[in-house]
Amino acid sequence: MRAEPATLWARWQRRALMDPPLTLLLLLTCVVGLLVLYSAGGKDLGLVLRQGVRLGIGLMIMLVLSRIPPAALRRWSGWAYLLGVVLLVAVALFGEGKGAQRWLDLGMLRFQPSEILKLAVPMTLAAYLHNRVLPLSFRDFLSCAVLVGIPALLIAEQPDLGTALLVVASGGFVIFLAGLSWKLIAAGVVLGLASLPVMWHFMHDYQRQRVLTLIDPGADPLGAGWHILQSEIAVGSGGFLGKGYLQGTQSQLDFLPERHTDFILAVYGEEFGWIGVLALFLLYLAVVARSLYIAMQARETYSRLLAGALALGYFLYVLVNAGMISGVLPVVGVPLPFVSYGGTAAVVLLAGFGMIQSVHVHRRLVG
Amino acid sequence: MLSAAKRRRLKDSQAESRLFNRRALLALAVVVLIIGALLGRFAWLQVVNHDDFSARSERNRVKVRALAPTRGLIFDRNGVLLADNRLSYRLDVIPERAGELAPLLDRLQGLIELSNEDRERFIELARYRRPFQSLQLRFNLSQEEQARLALDRWRLPGVEVVPVPSRHYPQGALLAHVVGYVGRANAEDQAQLDEARRGVTSHVGKTGIERQYEQMLRGELGRERVEINAEGRVLRFLDQSTPAQAGVNLYLTIDLDLQRAAAAAFGDGRGAAVAIDPRNGEVLAFVSMPSYDPNPFVNGISHAAYAALLNSKDRPLYNRALQGGYEPGSTLKPFVGLAGLAKGLRTPADTTLSTGEFTIPGQQIGFRDWRTGGHGRVDLERALAESVNSYFYQLGLDLGIDQMAESLAEFGFGSPTGIDLPGEASGILPTRQWKRQRFSQPWYPGETVIAAIGQGFNVSTIPQLAVATAALGNGGLLHQPRLLRATQARLDRPASPFQAAAPKVIGLGDESDRQAVIAGMHAVVQGATGTARAVGIDAPYQFAGKTGTAQRVSRSRDGAEQASGVRNQALFVAFAPLQDPQIAVAVVVEAGDSGSRTAAPLARKIIDAWLLREAAVGAPATLQTRRGQQGGGDAG
Repeated sequence: MRAEPATLWARWQRRALMDPPLTLLLLLTCVVGLLVLYSAGGKDLGLVLRQGVRLGIGLMIMLVLSRIPPAALRRWSGWAYLLGVVLLVAVALFGEGKGAQRWLDLGMLRFQPSEILKLAVPMTLAAYLHNRVLPLSFRDFLSCAVLVGIPALLIAEQPDLGTALLVVASGGFVIFLAGLSWKLIAAGVVLGLASLPVMWHFMHDYQRQRVLTLIDPGADPLGAGWHILQSEIAVGSGGFLGKGYLQGTQSQLDFLPERHTDFILAVYGEEFGWIGVLALFLLYLAVVARSLYIAMQARETYSRLLAGALALGYFLYVLVNAGMISGVLPVVGVPLPFVSYGGTAAVVLLAGFGMIQSVHVHRRLVG
Repeated sequence: MLSAAKRRRLKDSQAESRLFNRRALLALAVVVLIIGALLGRFAWLQVVNHDDFSARSERNRVKVRALAPTRGLIFDRNGVLLADNRLSYRLDVIPERAGELAPLLDRLQGLIELSNEDRERFIELARYRRPFQSLQLRFNLSQEEQARLALDRWRLPGVEVVPVPSRHYPQGALLAHVVGYVGRANAEDQAQLDEARRGVTSHVGKTGIERQYEQMLRGELGRERVEINAEGRVLRFLDQSTPAQAGVNLYLTIDLDLQRAAAAAFGDGRGAAVAIDPRNGEVLAFVSMPSYDPNPFVNGISHAAYAALLNSKDRPLYNRALQGGYEPGSTLKPFVGLAGLAKGLRTPADTTLSTGEFTIPGQQIGFRDWRTGGHGRVDLERALAESVNSYFYQLGLDLGIDQMAESLAEFGFGSPTGIDLPGEASGILPTRQWKRQRFSQPWYPGETVIAAIGQGFNVSTIPQLAVATAALGNGGLLHQPRLLRATQARLDRPASPFQAAAPKVIGLGDESDRQAVIAGMHAVVQGATGTARAVGIDAPYQFAGKTGTAQRVSRSRDGAEQASGVRNQALFVAFAPLQDPQIAVAVVVEAGDSGSRTAAPLARKIIDAWLLREAAVGAPATLQTRRGQQGGGDAG
């Protein structure tokens, strides 16, 4: 702390520079994503360009956030959380959207408040636990559960079960990393399994349909099963080495629905084969591993918990999306990070990585 | 206290760090495990089950389409086109891609003309389709309609404009009763096709040559593999494993110029004419008047237009030359006369007295000659030339109905000639047995008397009369008349002649008997007292003919005709020239005045058109010589 750098330049460099491996891995993911999007979008350069601009904005946000010390982030956490919950309530009252109320229209800006919570929930839990003794006590666990539960219920009510689960998971990761006792974890698992029939009861018809379709896609091959079947055919026909870039017949001939958004991994799997999938998964794994490493290098609780939870949250996107593409998880609208077309998810994820970068940049400082 | 807390916190911090690291590493291990599991799942899809998914992907993308062959062309004997294929544009719909049909039809209605018939037929088709089968909605799209569809194509999934060859008949009505037409294959037609052709075959021959030689004309299916997208649109052709093989081209025996001349000779009149080459049975002209334009039938004639044709009192759809049965009247006399000679009941010189009225010995009823007071004593030649009924009344009685029928059957009366057109009528050659079966009544002698002049129960068809007349002139050979002259596999290959069946030798009389009859028929047209001498006297060639005037045989459908009040049917048969005849014709004019005044001039025009045509330019000299030799001396 007293080791004062010799020059202004060196000081700036040490503080401002983001983690090179993580930055490179993220940039590489973005480049791969844009290439796949070119094929999946029917060679539409405009589409690729628009996505490139969004990723650029996301990277700028990452850069900006990386310069904000975790201590500052921690102070803002509660406010971000509060803002998110208020907006969720506003959506419930005035929101709009196709079939589900998810969007808030603020004149120029239309966005989903639930996206804020994907960051605000782990931030708040980490901030709450920052001053607590870890492993967390049962009382703290209950407090955390309430903090997670309020926005999660509001989001599930929209209804957007996918996002609700992601928000719950992002909070859950913080609690897990904070040392939640194995007894409670085991109890949670048992309780979760026991509540499945109850959840089934409260699920909407379309949600039940998705689960049923997952179990037997052949039951309605032209209806609900179409997505899964065509996705599996695309991936399976890709084989070990793939059909080649821009050569996927399932995707290029429109058999694959949602091929440039949620189902883009099927396009990738068809064109680049198992080898390509392996490479892409290793890339994601490297990002997660590097992020967890950064978390472990941090010196204070808030930074550790936040970075670790965000890293695991990132992986959860990959898991849910890849599970859906390969037909082992139900169809849920979760994009493949930095590859699927769409700005919101990419920007939110990159903002999260901005915080992880911040943890890295400020690793030598104690908050 | 502050320092104690600080110390505790510091210690905690290390423990917490270890705790976090443990948990983080554990989480990383789980992440690695999950990625491993996902990779395992992808390997299951991409490696283990690759072949299966690959096949399903191919099935998605590749469609084997049957290629409809081009229908064979039809030409006349000189290579003039009678039926060809033109490109027209058809609108196909794949219901699975197009979504709800009713809204689609409504939307299409704004772009193209869709009649209620089109809609009904389409909805009917859609009910019994195979999955992803394309259904034909509209034929013959206009260029304007195509342009409108092209503009809106992006919002019409499952709708496709397909170029298809469409049958066209450049000669229109002139050959409708010969060539016939193709029409859309209906459910019944489809059921008769073999599996592969079903659905691909859009049109089949419905009438005429088109139906008769359907098998030859339609050609062989080809197959091609095409790549389609999820909407079913064809994106590219992968390969064409077997090209379609076009149907065989047909050359008919019809001479278009003669056909045109024969049709023109009828003017507005109703009737039929068949001209054949006595040497081989080739049909040179085959006319049923009035006729109709077959082109609207190809892609479905509208109900209104069809009703108009059906309800016309001229009945243009009725093929008089093929299905018309007529009382042959006096045109039957040459054959009855020949029977008399052949059976040894008469010599050419034997005479019969015509008093104007003939009575069967022992009966009261009188049978008339057409000339009041009769013709006096007449031999066979005069009996034919002046069409003397009494001569044949007596001969008929002498022959008896069964012997007469047996003789006439030799010339093909009473059974179809076997012309290569579907639906030929057979006519009626009455016998005792026939009457017993038909009416459960015995035969009366009076019926024999009128049968001998071609009346009563006799019904003949125009081809029968033409073939029988030809057999008189060609030395006694009964040819099966035919319209197919040659076939050709491809336009650049030589045509191979169609092998005709060998003619039947007439088992009745010898050459001298026939010459005696021919002399009488010659006198009809070119003798001093012949009934049709006005027609033959100025002809630059010698020929033989026979007039006939009779009542139209009433068939069930003829009510309207009889109500019109005109009952005479004028008939005429002839062959020319006298020696080595090149053409034999039979003509009927419905509602005609008489054979000599209506039908004979018409037949003369047909014969002129054939013998005096440019192609026969070498012939007139010989013909003139022959006329000079024979002079006018044989008029008696």
